[in-house]
Amino acid sequence: MTSTFTPKTSLSSLQVSQDRDELNRRADGTRRPWYSTLAARAVMVALSVLFLLPLYWMSVSSLKSDEELAQFPPTLIPETWEFGNYVDAVLAMPFLTFFANSAIITTSVVVLSVLSNFVIAYSFACIDWPGRDKLFYVVIATLFLPFPVTLIPMFDMWARLGLVNTLFPLIIPAAFGSAFYIFLLRQFLKQIPQDMLNAARVDGASEWTIVWRLALPTSRPALVTVAIFAAVAAWNDFMGPLIYLQDESVQTLSIGLQTFRSVNAQDVSFNQLMAASFLVILPLLLLFFIFQRYFIRGITIGGFK
Amino acid sequence: MSATGLSSTSAPSIAEPPSTATEPASGRRRRRGMTATNKRNLRTGLLFISPWIVGVLVFILYPVTYSIVLSFTRYSGMDAPTWVGVQNYITAFTDPLVAKATSNTIFFALIAVPLGLLVALTLAIAMNQNVREVALYRTIFYAPSLIPAFAMSFIFIVFLNPQFGLFNQVLNLFGGPNINLLGDPTGVKIAIILMAQFGAGNAALIFLAGLRNIPKTIYEAARVDGAGPGRQFVAITFPLLTPVLLFNLITGVSGALQVFTEAYIVTNGTGDPDAGALFYMMYLYKTAFGFAELGYASALAVLLFLAGLALALMIFWLSRRFVNYDVEAA
Repeated sequence: MTSTFTPKTSLSSLQVSQDRDELNRRADGTRRPWYSTLAARAVMVALSVLFLLPLYWMSVSSLKSDEELAQFPPTLIPETWEFGNYVDAVLAMPFLTFFANSAIITTSVVVLSVLSNFVIAYSFACIDWPGRDKLFYVVIATLFLPFPVTLIPMFDMWARLGLVNTLFPLIIPAAFGSAFYIFLLRQFLKQIPQDMLNAARVDGASEWTIVWRLALPTSRPALVTVAIFAAVAAWNDFMGPLIYLQDESVQTLSIGLQTFRSVNAQDVSFNQLMAASFLVILPLLLLFFIFQRYFIRGITIGGFK
Repeated sequence: MSATGLSSTSAPSIAEPPSTATEPASGRRRRRGMTATNKRNLRTGLLFISPWIVGVLVFILYPVTYSIVLSFTRYSGMDAPTWVGVQNYITAFTDPLVAKATSNTIFFALIAVPLGLLVALTLAIAMNQNVREVALYRTIFYAPSLIPAFAMSFIFIVFLNPQFGLFNQVLNLFGGPNINLLGDPTGVKIAIILMAQFGAGNAALIFLAGLRNIPKTIYEAARVDGAGPGRQFVAITFPLLTPVLLFNLITGVSGALQVFTEAYIVTNGTGDPDAGALFYMMYLYKTAFGFAELGYASALAVLLFLAGLALALMIFWLSRRFVNYDVEAA
């Protein structure tokens, strides 16, 4: 009697344990069988198509001839690849000057942002000083300050210093910390075991040594995240250059496109405009694809509490 | 010269071992004063954040104060400011263009912020799926956020072009009329709102960080209790995401109040047709740098600042009812 029941019970318990395995596997973040994610995949592919559309549209339009651009239905792939549009776009403005200015601003901003915010965040996360957490509330509060309220006095200040029409007003503020990056880095630094830092302190390491030798190498994903955010913000900044840079010799690419369009207001060559836009975005796209893995890790591992 | 001076004064003080300062022996003194370690930490801590302190003073406290002062003056940027009292504020409240710009901005915020949160949350959930190619989706969904507002605006100008833009070609295909969305005061706002959705990647990443912060064991327990995906979202995911939602909501509102670049490019700096895309920030910019009325522009900036502050405080106050900080406790 028992023998007839035994396989049944063991089978059902096997069933349960398989279910539990399935639950554990999902909970561990391993894959589900392909059919169970089919619907989710369909949605994600549709979303991907939608979100790739602007980039795709821009790059395809940039390669079409004037006639093909006006053609209907639109060709999904250019019939004739007009790489000449890129040459025309570059020649339509002092592209190299604009590119160099954008590159100088972006590189300086990235380096300054990463260094200053890292040291500041380290102090808020890893050094235990009285009043620290209260002051951190002030950091968070500045996050919500709309910048227009500082716009005019800042312009006034830079004007008095004779630095309007130079790149400095767009670079120097990056050296003085920014609430969002401090917040991001602090979240990450909080995960470094304090015991490790204390051990180094007991061994006589100075706080600077700990910052550069211990904390900095550990925080690479978070630093890449800050670097990319800072690079995107600096490279794509429109209002800053619009306000501070008037001469063509100091102008950036973001304003360059606008000039390009105004000059040709009557007869805009949209394919050239798209070519120029694509050239502006390209460095950021490359940067992002190279560091994509670190970037996502930096923001997701850090958590958000 | 200054570099050597800096290193000789500051660097050794950090490296200084606590041996020079004697530890206070009695508990009474320890409570009243600070221990040597505490003192040293305070010194190092403040030194490390000194760039931020300078930043707050020079780039926030000084300009905010100065903005408030300027808002009571007439100032062209050339001559010295002349005191005009609350005249700028009276002008602001009676200026029809301020009213227009404010209502445009409110229209924008009311649609763009909730829509943006929805899009970002959808993307984050998609970015968090356990499928093999998830890294690819994350990259794709974030990529449009790399396209700067000015370039995205140009793409939309081409896309919405009434003669040959894809938008109208598709409309014509279905027998629809030619619509010049950018030539319509409401249409231009809607175009800018839709355009902004492609930049949802940043908010999505913050939602994603929040999603990954929810302990998997909670879902496990819910599944054992028989909760389906919908129930899990309502009972677990959403409540535990509310702190992140609050963050995205406030930054979203703050960003919406300052919408500028898209409108500036799409309307070629005019805000037309019919001031339909004249947003508050754009009017502020025109007042300051177009008409050189820096005093009046400062008053507009102060009003924007106060509105933003009031909204943020209101959201914080309301958030006490729905924001759940129990992630760790759960």
